Amino acid sequence: MGEFRKGFGSVMIAVSLLAGGGVQAFARPTTGATSEGAAVGEIPKSALIEPAEMAGLLAKGEEKPLVLQVGSRVLFAEAHIVGSEYAGAGGQDGGRASLRLRMKDVKRNQAVVIYCGCCPWGKCPNIRAAYAELVAMGFTSVRALYVAEDFGTDWVAKGYPVARGAK
Amino acid sequence: MVLLAALLVVQTGPAVAVGTGKGWVAGHTAPGFSRMDLAGRRVTLASYRGKVVLLNFWATWCGPCLIEMPRFEEWQRTIPGLQVIGISMDDEAAPVRAAYAKLKVNYPVVMGDAAMGRLYDGVYGLPVTLLIDRAGVVRFRHRGAADLPVLRGEIEGLLAGP
Repeated sequence: MGEFRKGFGSVMIAVSLLAGGGVQAFARPTTGATSEGAAVGEIPKSALIEPAEMAGLLAKGEEKPLVLQVGSRVLFAEAHIVGSEYAGAGGQDGGRASLRLRMKDVKRNQAVVIYCGCCPWGKCPNIRAAYAELVAMGFTSVRALYVAEDFGTDWVAKGYPVARGAK
Repeated sequence: MVLLAALLVVQTGPAVAVGTGKGWVAGHTAPGFSRMDLAGRRVTLASYRGKVVLLNFWATWCGPCLIEMPRFEEWQRTIPGLQVIGISMDDEAAPVRAAYAKLKVNYPVVMGDAAMGRLYDGVYGLPVTLLIDRAGVVRFRHRGAADLPVLRGEIEGLLAGP
């Protein structure tokens, strides 16, 4: 517990040191906020999709959803869901701009699944902001892959198909 | 055998084999690397043989990483025989340089990438922290936020060893 208190104090110092500087992403709260500080709500449970269901969906021959990774480009290049595209980090201004550009001409009723998996679900800085962005754009069928721990634990280690590369 | 299993993770279509992320590197010699750090100095893992190395994969946007880093800085300052090396998995170096300067990080930080992650059996989430013994063998691999007292105990155990 002592370690935790010291650690928490240290991170608060770290955040304080960086406040007002050019490292917004570093100082940003780890959950529920965009880099402008606007609050982003939780994603409704009805809009979540579990990894097993997602893998089953992708394995079917039917029309597949548009699958977008909305987290780190480096982690995407390392491994990502087969057929998914990198769309920009949801927690960053530039990332959301990329997402808007990618989705500008997409029909608003297109089925979309977004995922990140950089961090445990409750600490992911990207997924909620990306979801909110797509809903604000008018997309009516957006789901978020529920990655409880991280992409390695909840997707790769379970043997679901992955590809690599930075496309 | 374990390595073989790690390479058979993927079964279908255009998917390719990647590491399991389960940590098979533990018990094996740490994969070598040599990169320039943010201060412009070359960091070669092999040159730290004889020290216990704490290898920390992190990113500036990773909340749990930020909790750990000040403690790693303290350990770098106060534990003789320990060398901390940070590997940033940020997409760009600019925010890392800014954080490195503002936080006065006292250990080398190099920019990582997908190749570096794959070298260490897949770094698909952050943080990931490895402890490498004096002989260069990975002894512990922590995925996600490490239990810091446990990690410290592991470091002290390795330092007390041969």
